[in-house]
Amino acid sequence: MMDALDHPLVTRRRFLGAGGALVVSFSLGPRVGAAQSAFVRPGDLNDARYLDAWIRIDAEGRISVFTGKAELGQGIRTALIQLAAEELDVAPDSIHLVTADTGLTPNEGYTAGSRSIVDSGTAIRNAAAQVRDLLVAAAAARWQLPPARLKAENGAVVSDDGRTLQYGELVASTQLHVVAQPQSNLKKPVFSRVMGKSLARVDIPAKVTGGAAYVQDLRLPKMLHARVVRPPGPGANLLDVDSGAVTKMPGVVKVIRDGSFLAVAAVGEFQAIQAMRALAEAARWNERPTLPRAGSVPTFILNFRAEDHTVRDTRTSSVRAGRALEATYTRPYQCHASIGPSCAVALFDKGSITVWTHTQGVYPDRAAIAQMLRLPLDKVRCIHMEGAGCYGHNGADDAAADTALIARALPGRPVRLEWMREQEHAWEPYGPAMITKIRATLEDSGSISDWNYELWSNTHLTRPGSAGALLPAQSLAQPFAPDEQHVEITPEGTADRNSVPIYTIPNQHIVWHFLREMPLRTSALRALGAYMNVFSIESFMDELAHAAGADPVQFRLRHLRDERAREVITTAAKAFGWSGSALPRNHGRGFAFARYKNLAAYCAVAIDVEIERETGRARMTRAVAAVDSGEIVNPDGIRNQTEGGILQSMSWTLFEAVTFDDTRVTSIDWSTYPVLRFSSVPDRVEVHLVPRPGRPFLGVGEAAQGPTAAALANAIANATGKRLRDIPFTPDRVRAAMGVL
Amino acid sequence: MTVTLNVNGRTRTVAADPRTPLLYVLRNDLRLNGAKFGCGLGQCGACTVVIDGEAVFSCVTPILLLEGRQITTVEGLGTLERPGALQRAFIEKQAAQCGYCIPGMMMRAHALLLKRPNATRDEIRKALEPNLCRCCTHMRILDAVARAGELMREARGEDQGT
Repeated sequence: MMDALDHPLVTRRRFLGAGGALVVSFSLGPRVGAAQSAFVRPGDLNDARYLDAWIRIDAEGRISVFTGKAELGQGIRTALIQLAAEELDVAPDSIHLVTADTGLTPNEGYTAGSRSIVDSGTAIRNAAAQVRDLLVAAAAARWQLPPARLKAENGAVVSDDGRTLQYGELVASTQLHVVAQPQSNLKKPVFSRVMGKSLARVDIPAKVTGGAAYVQDLRLPKMLHARVVRPPGPGANLLDVDSGAVTKMPGVVKVIRDGSFLAVAAVGEFQAIQAMRALAEAARWNERPTLPRAGSVPTFILNFRAEDHTVRDTRTSSVRAGRALEATYTRPYQCHASIGPSCAVALFDKGSITVWTHTQGVYPDRAAIAQMLRLPLDKVRCIHMEGAGCYGHNGADDAAADTALIARALPGRPVRLEWMREQEHAWEPYGPAMITKIRATLEDSGSISDWNYELWSNTHLTRPGSAGALLPAQSLAQPFAPDEQHVEITPEGTADRNSVPIYTIPNQHIVWHFLREMPLRTSALRALGAYMNVFSIESFMDELAHAAGADPVQFRLRHLRDERAREVITTAAKAFGWSGSALPRNHGRGFAFARYKNLAAYCAVAIDVEIERETGRARMTRAVAAVDSGEIVNPDGIRNQTEGGILQSMSWTLFEAVTFDDTRVTSIDWSTYPVLRFSSVPDRVEVHLVPRPGRPFLGVGEAAQGPTAAALANAIANATGKRLRDIPFTPDRVRAAMGVL
Repeated sequence: MTVTLNVNGRTRTVAADPRTPLLYVLRNDLRLNGAKFGCGLGQCGACTVVIDGEAVFSCVTPILLLEGRQITTVEGLGTLERPGALQRAFIEKQAAQCGYCIPGMMMRAHALLLKRPNATRDEIRKALEPNLCRCCTHMRILDAVARAGELMREARGEDQGT
């Protein structure tokens, strides 16, 4: 079989002029990086198939590019502009990028799973290349020249005999409302001008000079400020509330109650906050103890009834003898804890509602809000505006729903709602508590001969799609029930993401004990189950290496065939200066690796830690990462995401646990839910990128979460001789492990 | 009731309850986006502004205390067209992910650099302790503040030379 990489690029084109519209048909041979079949369009171009769903050019040559993905602080706006600019042969600043808006952009579902470049970037890149070729074809038709004698250059088509037509002059005779072709004439990486370069983020200048950058900054004429009053705990219902005094407070416009949903709108923001406090005082709730008496330790989930789903079973009868090792790891509920509480603005007018929201999915959110308000879909528009970084499904959709309910009660007046800090911490859907148990056999040769892995977890996906996923909809007088949960074992995985080890190990048996009972609402937190599964697997790989008397890096390489994985590991080890040499007392080094989802970016992390013996404080002093994310769009963007991922995972792993008593969440602010502060920041963090020009994009935004957690555990074990298996590694736990009283 | 405030060198009179925390007055009455609501509790620093040279949590500082005092927000450090040293440094170091916490970081850094123009990396780290960044852009924030110090020193050097 011919290697697709060796196949010549598609060059043969036919063009037909028909009533001013041009149709270009490409030959359908395989081409660089094209893994899809001839009839599947690349990325989300397969779902939104018309080129003008993605790219429009007006007669003045102004270019608008449309994406259904949202800027969440991950830099996607800049990277998507780079992709379009590259293939359209224009300057990046000439592109106007329109992001997720149900009134304007393609439906690309959620901005999640490190899929934005893979889904939307691929679509925009291919659409841009096809639009460019259509413009070239239009110029060719006008000049009666073969297209091979023309090229696109800086917003124009030029001919080899010196003629020029600006894109704006060509659009009238170029039909962009055409279905995209499966294959595109993408530029070769060697000709890249914008791709692969660290173009500065387009959004940062406004953000550092006080420009309007977030939904929090949206101020519409006559806008009211609203606040919700949430129940004291997840099991509480509103018995009654005497809002008489509140309605007379300065600035108060309306108190809204529907079942247990309670809110107030006022002219001024601080007036709304004062009214919210008074309303909370006036409300009487029926509180029920619905939470386990467990503090933060998640072992209680083992008592829940589990539905078993086999993720993988490659067991055969020929299991050889060796040393059996076993370990159990736990992770508590953890918060997204956005630095800015969830916020939305909504306007209900003449039977239609517009909601400005930092949701990750404007289309699913629209469907859920429409159902909640009992409005047809076309009466609801959701427009994404940035919020603070979310790292998954936080309070964004619930706040949008809150605001929609309040705005419906105040027709014609824009309403801005912002959650309070304690509401964000207490009511966002958490990253689920998880327990994993690994049992493996180590042969005398030092190879792993079987692998039994169990994980216990709630769902990691309670995102909207239906109204029952929206927090306020669940507490209306006519409530919407949360969606029935369905478990599917998929290549990307959810709770089971990365539960299959990447290593070459025979006789694998991997089971997800799915827990339907959900005392605290859980959903997607950056990397989903991959954080816990990689933490577990990569901790255990070190335990096995230790038992085999092998160097942890060598032990991994011994069990790894994937060449790209091996290269990332050796790159990180070399850049770190990995060795088995002795370190000063209370210092340790740790290594871990994963390929995110076993199909996205490769990431290896090596770290140094220092343990303060008296206090039990573990500090990561240095981190060195290597990343292979396929073709690179913006190197600095990847470094920024990876640096952030490493430090955020360190914060989760050292500090973070949701706490609760039997009725209420008790971690409700930054003092009861401590996170990373500057005193715990490493001295150095390095991210090394392995370039893969021409290879498919591999999602990278979440790749560091799992490896960092395991590298920390491994480094602490290296420093202290004690293995920590329960996240977070608080000073108390570190001290207890070391036997320091 | 009206309160007169000096914000970024301009005198502004606002009609507001004197107990109102400065943050809401800056954002809503004066339409300044820089200071952000993060916690309302003085725990995260997203709302940090500089008052008479000191970094202050504007979310817990009522305006009744502020008449006659000099309030500086990130808008007072420069503009999109003419960014100040801190702003240039944060752009140069690409020191933001979502960027929500960044104006608060910059104002805390501003207060530090006013007092200690030659602040070391360790002093910067200590000074920024009250401010949280949830995207965990800390390494770049430290780089950017150190770079801003350099830019300010360079500018002063040039001033001395003329």
